[in-house]
This record gives sequence, structure tokens and C-alpha cells, in this order.
Amino acid sequence: MKVLVAVKRVVDYNVKVRVKADKTGVELANVKMAMNPFCEIAVEEAVRLKEKGIATEIIAVSVGPQNAQEQLRTALALGADRAILVQTEVDAEPLAIAKILKGIVDQEQPGLIVLGKQAIDGDNNQTGQMLAALAGIGQGTFASVVKVEGGKAQVTREIDGGLQTVELALPAVVTTDLRLNEPRYASLPNIMKAKKKPLDVKTPADFGVDATPRVKTLKVEPPAERKAGIKVKTVEELVEKLKNEAKVI
Amino acid sequence: MTILVIAEHDNASLKGATLNTVAAAQAIGGDIHVLVAGSGAQGAADAAAQIAGVSKVLLADNAAYAHQLAENVSLLVAELGKSYSHILAPATTNGKNTLPRVAALLDVAQISEISKVVSADTFERPIYAGNAIATVQSSDSIKVITVRPTGFDAAAATGGSAAVEAVASAQDAGKSSFIGEELAKSDRPELAGAKIVVSGGRGMGNGDNFSILYSLADKLGAAVGASRAAVDAGFVPNDMQVGQTGKVVAPQLYVAVGISGAIQHLAGMKDSKVIVAINKDEEAPIFSVADYGIVGDLFEIVPQLEKLV
Ligand SMILES: Cc1cc2nc3c(=O)[nH]c(=O)nc-3n(C[C@H](O)[C@H](O)[C@H](O)COP(=O)(O)OP(=O)(O)OC[C@H]3O[C@@H](n4cnc5c(N)ncnc54)[C@H](O)[C@@H]3O)c2cc1C
Ligand SMILES: Nc1ncnc2c1ncn2[C@@H]1O[C@H](COP(=O)(O)O)[C@@H](O)[C@H]1O
Repeated sequence: MKVLVAVKRVVDYNVKVRVKADKTGVELANVKMAMNPFCEIAVEEAVRLKEKGIATEIIAVSVGPQNAQEQLRTALALGADRAILVQTEVDAEPLAIAKILKGIVDQEQPGLIVLGKQAIDGDNNQTGQMLAALAGIGQGTFASVVKVEGGKAQVTREIDGGLQTVELALPAVVTTDLRLNEPRYASLPNIMKAKKKPLDVKTPADFGVDATPRVKTLKVEPPAERKAGIKVKTVEELVEKLKNEAKVI
Repeated sequence: MTILVIAEHDNASLKGATLNTVAAAQAIGGDIHVLVAGSGAQGAADAAAQIAGVSKVLLADNAAYAHQLAENVSLLVAELGKSYSHILAPATTNGKNTLPRVAALLDVAQISEISKVVSADTFERPIYAGNAIATVQSSDSIKVITVRPTGFDAAAATGGSAAVEAVASAQDAGKSSFIGEELAKSDRPELAGAKIVVSGGRGMGNGDNFSILYSLADKLGAAVGASRAAVDAGFVPNDMQVGQTGKVVAPQLYVAVGISGAIQHLAGMKDSKVIVAINKDEEAPIFSVADYGIVGDLFEIVPQLEKLV
């Protein structure tokens, strides 16, 4: 079974992003970029499926600028067999990305498609679900356990009240939550080997997709600042403030 | 303009997030219909009919919708949704699971987790863990939107008298089935919607130590939350995680205990009215958002606090 993994290049999660002065977006110049953390978990899950002999080939895909090749090379170093970059300078929206991924699914016919539950830049949490709808297949979103057996996947999902388990016919989409696994680090020899693994470059047009955004960003502003508070010395003082000043207890 | 709101419910009753979503629909303006898709969900539909400002309730009662499987519910919503200007769902795990499928089926974008309505086609939403607020405008004919409940004061649960109309459509995609669930049982208020939230982090040390937070919470009538580190370490279940990729809360009072205040945690609680931080490290970033900070050992402070409140 082939496994397709979608990885996004995003601002590293340790960076505190700042809004640009002209309010057109956030400052991306000279900011550290990385693979979206949920995508790291997706790659790790695919690699574990291969180690168990369930996956036969792992294909990593990214839609983005030329330097998203860096994140694809990381995926290759972690254990993906080959990679596809669908190159575009447009900041494509989840629907367009899902359509491109659907094009790749049609070509490659994977048994399982693993995505992150959320990209930590746009915080959309949409792409996997959209891809599953376009492909007309089932989805196990926010996964914390994935078992593939007998042409089916059992996925345990992190939901508001606790955990839910669903069974999906394959092919299916899985989106990863934080507790699914703990991603490994790429070893130096594997980073070297990854440089020789195949990486195809395509365009959205190759899949007949127009990536022009449907939603226009009118402005991007910093959030309302909280006023700096005070430090209290004793618990008595804290309780007094909560009762008489803040009036919340 | 007619707006379709997808109800969040457990068949018997409505979840509070539905009321916040109706409030967002009211801010957009227009006729408001509520869809209750479930199995044996008359109770939830009757409750939806009482919500002030709702003019019609659609009840799709079928075994195919019993567990809110996104594959099935999205087909129903996409079928019904074609005649609406907006389709809204709360940004709960259910809403997030189903609504993007609806958007894809209708070939429109989804706007995730709006925190404010600017106009019928323009909305504010947080991005980058709430470090920026984007104002976005949709040009799609149907606007598919998830609503961040904390952004909108709940609509009144009573005062309305909408008609409940049965929807016959039974959509079973046949791609997925429900196996089981493990739901946390608790007598404490739910995190979303609680007036006071007490959250513990890695500083709690282990799961047993959370008992001091539970006693404090019970005295305050509070819900209990946690940081990712506390959940990952297995101290408490996943549904207690507050943050960018967990639950977003905005109570009257949020007490962060042994939590450092990473941006991903702040994203889930920094709109709380009053924030208290208890941490032994006076440099901890949580103090930069706390109204009242107290530097010290949580194992001394929390029991004292419990005695005094
Ligand atoms: C993709 C991604 C998503 C994430 N999503 C979330 C999310 O949704 N929610 C979330 O919370 N995090 C999230 N995180 C994790 C986040 O970055 C932090 O790692 C996490 O919030 C840290 O948890 P903590 O504050 O409990 O632990 P730590 O950062 O380890 O802080 C523990 C604190 O406890 C204090 N302490 C220790 N002992 C005591 C004591 N006896 N008395 C008083 N104080 C004490 C310490 O001084 C310290 O400040 C995410 C990270 C990533 C990469
Ligand atoms: N540009 C992209 N290229 C490849 N995968 C993507 C891209 N954008 C989103 N994804 C996938 O979809 C997941 C969810 O992203 P989002 O819906 O944007 O929150 C990510 O974790 C990725 O797995």
C-alpha cells in the first residue's frame, strides 16, 4: 500500500510572529521556517507503517514556493521514498491545496493519505477534510491511534468530550493530533541519503487547479494587548483582589 | 439572506456552543434556521426551537447521523445548504470535522473560527496562534464558516417558538462506521462555557497531584483544564487541553497553575477576563498576561487558596 503524506512549510513554532507595519500580513523576512509540527507527526506515522510492513512506499507532497523543497528533503530524510513539490508562489487556500492533492491521489492511488490536523500559520484545520470530501472517501481526523488491518483503518480521534473510534474503508484520509506519536529526528546519514531521493516538481496547472484565492485578506492586525498586571505577595492579598477589585469570586 | 446554523448537541439537549453560533448568525443578519442532525434528536430540536431569533428548525432524524459521522452529515448539509447564504457551525471538534467537507462539496472556501462579524461577507479570525487577527472577505456565493464560541455572547436559549420541520433525507456515505467512544465523565462544568477555569501544567508533577486542583475547582464551581505538557505526560485526558490546538476558553477567571505560558497555551486563554498565574519562576511568560501573579510553590499556594476562597 502506498501512503501519501502532505507537508507544509510554515514559520517555526518557536517564532513569535509580528504583524507588518502596513497590516498586509505577518513579517516573514528572515524568519525561521520549518515543517508544520502536525506534518512531522504525519510523516512519522507513515514511516512507522512502513516499518511494520503495511506501507510499501511513502510519497511526501508539498504545495508551496521553491524552498518548500527543504521540508520535502526533511521528509525524505525521515523515511519518505520520494517527493513531489507542486510549486506556486500563490499563498494557496485549503480548497485549492485539497484539489491539487486530489489530483495526486488520482495519479498515485495511495491506500492512506496522512495530513496534519492543522497548519500552525493559518490555523485552518480544513485541508484533510476537504480532500476526503473531494475524493469521496472516509476520514479519521485528530487521530491519536491509527491501526491499519484487513483493508480497513481504525482511527481513535481526540474529540471534545474524550476519544472516539471509527472504522474507515480504505483508501482514507487521516489527520494527526499531537498524541499520535513522537516524531524522530533525521540522522546525518539519512539527511545525506535524502539528497539523492527523487523529488518531482509540478505546478497547480498540471492538475487543472486554479489556485487563485477566493478569500481576500483585507488587513492583518496585532491582537488587543492585555494590560500588564501586578504580582501579589500573599494568597490573602490574591483572594482580597479577586473578591473586591476584580469581583470574579 | 437565510443562514443555516448546524446545532451541536447530544440528541437529548443542545450544547452551549450552538447559542454562540446563533449569536454570530444574528450579527450577520437575516433569517436563521437551525439544523439538528441526529438520531432520536427530538429533544435537541425542541430546544433549538426555543432559541430567540431562530425562525425554523430542521430535524434530520436518522441512524446515519447518530454519531455525527462527517462523511454522512456533510452530504446532508451540502444538500440542504445550497439554498442558504451562510452555513455556520461552532468550531467544536464536530464542526471542524464536518464543515470543511461541506465547503468542498459546495466548491466554496471555508472561513475557520471567526471571532467577529464585520459585515455579511467580512469577518475577523485569529491566525498564528492568535498573534495576529486577519480581516477576511469572502467572494463565494455561500459562506461556510466555523464560529469560535468565545467570540460571541450566547443568544438567549428561550423566547423563540420556531416550527420544527422534519427532513427526510438519509445520507449514508458508507465509508465509515462508529466503533465506540470513551467520554470523560465529570460533575464539574464543561471547559467551554465555564465561568471559572483552573488549569494545571507540567509543574503539577503527576496526575495524582491534580487532586489539589480538583478540590480548588470544586470550591469555586470551576472547570479544570491543562497545558499540552500535562496532557502529553498523561497527567490528565486530552479533552482538557487548552490552547491553539486544544480548546479555546474565555472565562471570567482563569487560574494557570504550574504553566509557563507558551504562545500555544496563551492562544487558548488570553481572552479570559481575569487571569491569575501561580508559578515558582518569576520570569515565566505567563506573568506577562496575568492580572494577578503570585510567585511561589504551587503545592503551598493552591491549598491555601482553597482554604481562603
Ligand atoms: C504544534 C504545537 C501545538 C501546541 N498546542 C498547544 C496547546 O494547544 N496547548 C498548550 O498548552 N500547549 C501547546 N503546545 C505546547 C507548548 O509549546 C508548550 O510546550 C506547553 O504549553 C508547555 O506546557 P507547560 O507550561 O505545562 O510546561 P512547561 O513549559 O514545562 O512549564 C511548567 C511550569 O511550571 C512551573 N513549575 C514547576 N514546578 C512548580 C511548582 N512546584 N510550583 C509552581 N510552579 C512550578 C515552572 O516554573 C514552569 O513555568 C503546542 C506545541 C506545538 C509545537
Ligand atoms: N501547502 C500545503 N502543502 C502540503 N500540505 C498542506 C499544505 N497546506 C496544508 N497542508 C496539509 O493540510 C494540513 C492541515 O492544514 P490546514 O488545513 O491549512 O490547517 C497540514 O498539516 C498539511 O498536512
